[in-house]
This record gives sequence, C-alpha cells and structure tokens, in this order.
Amino acid sequence: MSVVICLFAKNGFDRAGQGVAGAGRRLADELGAKLQAIIIGAADAAMIDAVKTVADGVTIAAQSELSDYQSELYLSAAAQICQSLAPKAVLLSNDTYSQEIAARLAHRLGGSAAGDVTSIALHDGNVRARRSVYGGKAEAVIELKRSPAVLWIRARAFDPAPARESVADVNQAALTLGDARTRIVERKSEAITEARLEDAQIIISGGRGLGGPEPFEDLKALAALVGAQVAASRAACDSGWCPPTWQVGQTGKKVAPQLYLAIAIHGASQHLAGMSDSKIVAAINIDKDAPIFKHCKFGIVEDYRKVVPLLKEKLAAAQA
Amino acid sequence: MNLIVCLKQILDPDIPGRDFKVDPISKEAVRGAANLVTNIFCENALETALQFKEKNGTGKITAICYAPESGEDTLRKALAMRADEGVQVLNDGLAHPDPLMVARTLAAAIRKIGTFDVVMVGRESGDWGVGQTGGLLAEELGVPYVGFVDHIETSGSGVKLKRQTDAGFEIVEASTPLVISITNDEHNVPRVPKTRDVMMSFRQSLTKWTLSDLGVSASESYYEVAELGIPVKESSCELVTGETLEERVSQLAEKILAVKRAL
Ligand SMILES: Cc1cc2nc3c(=O)[nH]c(=O)nc-3n(C[C@H](O)[C@H](O)[C@H](O)COP(=O)(O)OP(=O)(O)OC[C@H]3O[C@@H](n4cnc5c(N)ncnc54)[C@H](O)[C@@H]3O)c2cc1C
Ligand SMILES: Nc1ncnc2c1ncn2[C@@H]1O[C@H](COP(=O)(O)O)[C@@H](O)[C@H]1O
Repeated sequence: MSVVICLFAKNGFDRAGQGVAGAGRRLADELGAKLQAIIIGAADAAMIDAVKTVADGVTIAAQSELSDYQSELYLSAAAQICQSLAPKAVLLSNDTYSQEIAARLAHRLGGSAAGDVTSIALHDGNVRARRSVYGGKAEAVIELKRSPAVLWIRARAFDPAPARESVADVNQAALTLGDARTRIVERKSEAITEARLEDAQIIISGGRGLGGPEPFEDLKALAALVGAQVAASRAACDSGWCPPTWQVGQTGKKVAPQLYLAIAIHGASQHLAGMSDSKIVAAINIDKDAPIFKHCKFGIVEDYRKVVPLLKEKLAAAQA
Repeated sequence: MNLIVCLKQILDPDIPGRDFKVDPISKEAVRGAANLVTNIFCENALETALQFKEKNGTGKITAICYAPESGEDTLRKALAMRADEGVQVLNDGLAHPDPLMVARTLAAAIRKIGTFDVVMVGRESGDWGVGQTGGLLAEELGVPYVGFVDHIETSGSGVKLKRQTDAGFEIVEASTPLVISITNDEHNVPRVPKTRDVMMSFRQSLTKWTLSDLGVSASESYYEVAELGIPVKESSCELVTGETLEERVSQLAEKILAVKRAL
C-alpha cells in the first residue's frame, strides 16, 4: 500500500508541492504506508534532490511528450504509474492542471475524488476529507467510499514534509501514452508582477464598489508603497476592470497574506472563502454593515475616494 | 454543431450567512425561504454556447437538468435565454447526490439525445462546489475534457478554446466530441431574457425522462457526507476613530505600516 503524491516538473518543488508532500507523509505514516512521489515532466536536479529527501520512492515520467502539460497525456501518465503503485490515496495540488485531471484520474483508477481539501483523516480505514461548501458558509467532511481517494488539496493548509535521513530511489517510467485529442497550442501569462498572489505578504484588493478600472491604478500605487500585490473580487473581474488571474475567492486564488486590505469589497462568503486564512484582514467600506467588517481586525467606514488619496500620502511620507 | 449545456439547480448562493442553516442529521442545507436558482457557472456556460451559435449562424443548443420537478424553472429560464430544447431528468430530490451518479445520469441522457459535438458544464456548482462533473462525464462518454474555458470557436474540423490558468490563459485545439467546463469572464455574463422570450418559453414543451427511462440505477457509492457544520470565524473589528478624516486615515496608515515593519 502507498500514498502517492503527483507533482509537475514545471512547478519545481514549490510551497504547493511541499504542502502536498506534507499531507502525503502524515497520511502515509497513519496508514503505515510508503510515500511515493510521481513527477511528470523533465524535473531539474534541485527538484529531484528535494523530493528524494521527503518521499520513500520517486518515479519520473520525463519522456519528451511530457515536457509541457497536455491534459490527456499527463492523465494517461499519472494513471499508468498509479496503477503500478497500488495507492490508498493520490494527492495533487489545487492548481488548474491538477484540478483538470483529478476526477478523471479517480475514475480511471476506480476510486473517488474530492477537492480543495483542507484536512485529511482516516475513519474505519476510509479516507475522510474536510472541505468548505456552500460558498464557504459551511464545512463538510466527505468520506471517500472507493479506493484510491484522489484529493486535490489546498496546499498551504498543510505543513511541508520533514526531510528524512534516507534518500529515496528514483525510477524513470517509460510509458506508451497514446494520442492527445486536445492540444495546448499557446500559453500566455499575464504580465507577472513580482510575486504570485499565493505567495504575497500584503494584498490590496478592490471590489465592485470601486466603480471602474481607473481606481485600480490608485490601488497599484498604494501597493507599490508597501510592497503589496493587487487582487480583486469576482465582481470587479467580471466587469473587465482587471484580469481573471486577480480574482480571489472560492473560484479564484486562495491567498494567505499577513495583511489583506479589502477596498470596496462587500465580503460575500465566496470571496471570504479565498482569503479568510489571511493573518490580518482590514477593510475600507462605505457601509458599516458590510459583512467584510465581521472578518476584519481593523477598518474604516468611509468612501474609498476620500481615503485612498490621503492614505497614499501618509504611506509615501512614511517611506520618505 | 450540436451543443449540450448541463444546468444544475441550486439553493440561492447569495442568501446572507445569517440566514443560512444546515441540518446536521440529514447533512443538508435547510432551504428555509431561499429560492432555487440556476448555478451561475451553468448560466455562464449557456451564455458562451449562445454566443458561439450566434457567431456561427447555425447550431443547436440542448439544455439538460437533472433535478426534481422544480428543475423545470431552470429549463424554462434556459429556453427564455434562447436554448433550443430542454431535457429534464427527474431525480428523487437528493440534496447532495453522488458525483459519479450525476455523471452517469447525464451521460445516459446525452446518449439518448443522440449525437453531440460539445458538452458544456459549469466549472463547479455553487452549493457543494464539487467541480468534478465535467471530468467524470468525459470519462463516462469516453471523450476528452478541457476545464476552465471562457471562449469557444470552430477551428478546422474541431474547436479552438481559450481557457484560464493560474498564470493567464491558454489556447487549446481539440477534436470533437468533447466535454468542456466553463468559467466566468467579462464576456460571458449571462444575458437577461427578454419578456417576450420568457412568455414563449412557457409554450415550449420539455422532454422529461426518469432514471428508469435511462436505465440508470444507483450503484455503489462514490462518497458520502459524514459531517456538515457551520464554522464560526468572526473576529471583532476595530474601526478607526478620530475627529477628522485626516486623523482616521493616519491611524489606518499606521496600522498598515506596523504590519509592513513586522514582515
Ligand atoms: C458559485 C459562486 C462562486 C463565486 N466565487 C467568487 C470568488 O471566487 N471571488 C469573489 O470575489 N466572488 C465570488 N462570487 C461572487 C460573490 O458572491 C459576490 O457576488 C462578489 O464577491 C461581490 O463582489 P464585490 O464585493 O466586489 O461587489 P458588491 O457585492 O457589489 O460590493 C461592493 C461593496 O463596495 C462598497 N462600496 C460601494 N461604493 C463604495 C465607496 N465609494 N467606498 C467604499 N466602499 C464602497 C459597498 O458598500 C459594497 O460593500 C461567487 C459567487 C458564486 C455564486
Ligand atoms: N444535477 C445536475 N444537472 C445538470 N447538470 C449538472 C448537475 N450537477 C452538476 N452538473 C453540471 O456540472 C457542473 C459542475 O458541477 P459540480 O461537479 O457538482 O461542481 C455544473 O455547473 C453543471 O453544469
């Protein structure tokens, strides 16, 4: 029996991957099982070395068709390798690609899947996964009835796995992958600002109450003064005021900064679902009854148009 | 092209937290005074399908909803938005149905409808937020799957899709038939049906099938809800005070700078 973690070479062994490994190690220890890592794509030496020190075994599928993510091929590779490892659970991160293949992987392995998992436990030999439901208004514990349990996890909800004394063996998998019936022909990144939102320490986020795209320029200026990243609510993204990659929430990025400053954001449960792990939440909102204030450490009830220019002055003065 | 859009009916996700209650015994949300609505991502999917059809000038859009009798409202609304046909698969009112069972049911309905090119689902449902139906449905139908799509156009004998990723977007070329899940963006905000179309929708007939019409029966369980509860996560907010706006914003700035200094 084993617990498998499925990593993509292109991501390196980033914080998300470390969280997956941490979750996997705890579950493997509880089961008395081995922790097996799968890496899809040609991983660099640094990644392989790092994974070797936390897993009991590493399988790499590095053939050239797998150099970049293509869903059908990655799915086929993951399914074939899992079949040979007899997993009780397969853990993935909650990035787009992992989410795209997780349920299909469960189907191919005869197991069941659950997503955006924040904790994992065993109950009578079955895997149980906690996740938030009803747009963050409730929390459910799901018992997976088929094996393996394929889980895509909220990687930051789990501590990284400790390094071990022994170093795992590394196997190269040679696979027959078949035809890709879909093909990613172009990849485009938004002009990536300094850090990824998931890694930001301070986030300044804007909502529909901003009223248009221009105020986001002011938010960017504020952000520059304190080394923050700018994010947004779904309503602001849907209005086309900022790119979809800025969306925080149930169906956007899951962030956990030291400070999350919500400007003209109402605080709908679906938005809170993406940022409630922030250390400190603060808000600027004209409505003292806006639910965001129920989740804040501090805030100001005021029109943002009056607050933001003054705030910019104060922060600039402090910097000088 | 034949497009099939799967629409789920859910408890209104916009009800305020203070009105939201769960029944810990049945492990379901208590409906109370809340409305049933069409899951927003399903409406984004239908909007994407409608725009695709309008642009191509041809095509047929069939809306499917697997729900109790109340699901008829979701299909009427889809027809009012100008879907061509509505198919309802009646269930017995399961509140948190098994995702595999849902996928098998939808797959059986799609096979009974006949040929299809693209099946569209929402990226996830606004109640249980499962996010698996698209992938499971693709496996059941034996076709490929692309997730988080926000735009579709024809390309050669297949389709060209734009889909969102963590960092930006990708263009994906795919052969048909396939299943795609749709996410929101500024271009697929669902239209509001015209009054005339709402009236018309009530004159159209819907196809209704039962599970036995489709030959689907509940097989082994995929997963079960072991617990359902409402987390308490409220903190007490300190609102900055002061005589003047200037004073209050100074305080706000100080609090922000304190966090920055502590990093
Ligand atoms: C299935 C599902 C998934 C969803 N996923 C997400 C998600 O991932 N992320 C997300 O954000 N949302 C998500 N939503 C949408 C969510 O329910 C809310 O509709 C959305 O978060 C509202 O955005 P908002 O707070 O910016 O806008 P609004 O609700 O319009 O709030 C605007 C706020 O601005 C304030 N305001 C207005 N003018 C001013 C001013 N001059 N100065 C100061 N304050 C002002 C108002 O008081 C109000 O509180 C989802 C919804 C569903 C159903
Ligand atoms: N009962 C249902 N009837 C029709 N479509 C459904 C149903 N359940 C799920 N779907 C489709 O699957 C998508 C994702 O749902 P889920 O996997 O439950 O998060 C929804 O947006 C719908 O398009």
